[in-house]
Amino acid sequence: MDTGFIIEKFILVAVIFGISLVVAMYSTYAERKVAAYLQDRLGPDRAGPFGILQPLADGVKMFMKEEIIPTSSNKWLFIIGPGLALLCACIGTAVIPWGSPMEIGGKMVPLQVADINVGVLYIFGVVSLGVYGVMIGGWASNNKYSLLSAIRAASQNISYEIAMGLSIIALLLMTNTLSLKTIVEQQHGLNWNVWYQPLGFLIFMVCSFAETNRAPFDLPECETELIGGYHTEYSSMKLGFYLFAEYINMFVSSAVMATLYFGGYNYPGMDSMAVWLGPTWAPLFGTAVFFAKIVFFIFFFMWVRWTIPRFRYDQLMNLGWKGLIPLAIANIIITGVVIAIIEKF
Amino acid sequence: MESLSNKKKVLEQKPLSFMERMYLPAIAKGMGITISHLFKKEATIRYPEVEREFSANFRGMHSLKRDENGKERCTACGLCALSCPAEAITMIAAERKNDEKHLYREEKYAATYEINMLRCIFCGLCEEACPKEAIYLDGPIVPADYLRKDFIYGKDKLVEAPLEMKK
Repeated sequence: MDTGFIIEKFILVAVIFGISLVVAMYSTYAERKVAAYLQDRLGPDRAGPFGILQPLADGVKMFMKEEIIPTSSNKWLFIIGPGLALLCACIGTAVIPWGSPMEIGGKMVPLQVADINVGVLYIFGVVSLGVYGVMIGGWASNNKYSLLSAIRAASQNISYEIAMGLSIIALLLMTNTLSLKTIVEQQHGLNWNVWYQPLGFLIFMVCSFAETNRAPFDLPECETELIGGYHTEYSSMKLGFYLFAEYINMFVSSAVMATLYFGGYNYPGMDSMAVWLGPTWAPLFGTAVFFAKIVFFIFFFMWVRWTIPRFRYDQLMNLGWKGLIPLAIANIIITGVVIAIIEKF
Repeated sequence: MESLSNKKKVLEQKPLSFMERMYLPAIAKGMGITISHLFKKEATIRYPEVEREFSANFRGMHSLKRDENGKERCTACGLCALSCPAEAITMIAAERKNDEKHLYREEKYAATYEINMLRCIFCGLCEEACPKEAIYLDGPIVPADYLRKDFIYGKDKLVEAPLEMKK
């Protein structure tokens, strides 16, 4: 049983890792396409049909480019930075329930790597670790702009983590659990958390924009002020790692948003579908629905990026500390009062 | 004082209202505008496959013309080279032999005729200067290339195809 368990988990980890890398790869392509279409252009269309091989070409380019490590940089930290960023981005996928348990050869296989009972906390931990990659890289570059950008990234992530955590507390008051699997199972059918926590979702979404350093909160890589931001000194695949980490972060936070607020793999009419498709294919269909939600959120990230201009740094801090945190606290109080009233009567 | 044009507008700096400070209505409006562009026709022309339609007086690559009998019109007078503000044109003149009467219209012709396409600014002064109507900028866009020397176009690229080849 033990070896079967290990093999099963190993395959699951490999598949999820592969999928998140492919999604990140094609997010770069999708980003350019979405940007192009929103600006009445065509975007990349030369490599393969519709430019579908563009990410591969970009990857080859990244690997082939000359690798430059500045002489005045801290060499080891300079190398560790992008690796850490990518690692922290990838391990977030471990606790996300990708589908309901699936029957393979008379055995129920959970489509989740680890159902730990502090899943939400784990996600938060990983997300806060993610900023270390940026900070280490920015500091090790020994460049004023990189350092400034690293400082910005750190303070931005710390500020928005507070509001993010507070917006989650209101959700946890409802769900009474930190396990992502249980949270998803509670949202059966169309009983999604977003109907009960619209304000919480809005705060969470804004904060995840800030956590992933995406526009309009992409101040750490603000070209007009900081050249390239924390990756000014990076070249070749180390730069590629940073860019990749950003897209994997986007993928993970889309998955977390879909899991916590939009019902994960649940969809209306799932019970009749489960009878019709059987215990093997119905969970896979649920996974497909989950990925559709993720793709929508990734598109939303891009849509916002090509619409809204970047915040100024003081505006960013104002919004975080004076806007989102009080709102999140008010949301907790309202949720708590409503739950208390419902339980009383 | 009252402005004479009556166009002056005094800007008032009002503090943002609550709705404006929420950003959300403005963001929703902006996102609506961008998503509407998703369904609009894109302005891009896929260049090598599709070419933009040029106006009738578009100035592209030069061509050295032939007359109705297929003889080269250019007499190597050098007026085009003289008029060229970018000094892109050079030529070497030669005298026509007796057995070359079917090739060249006048007694003098251009043995070599070179235009440096990197210098040329496509102003069209050469075709204005030419007394023999021998040069016109009626060709396509000059294509890109890798080496500077390949941008110096000789008679092999500039002279119009002979009459029989055209048919």
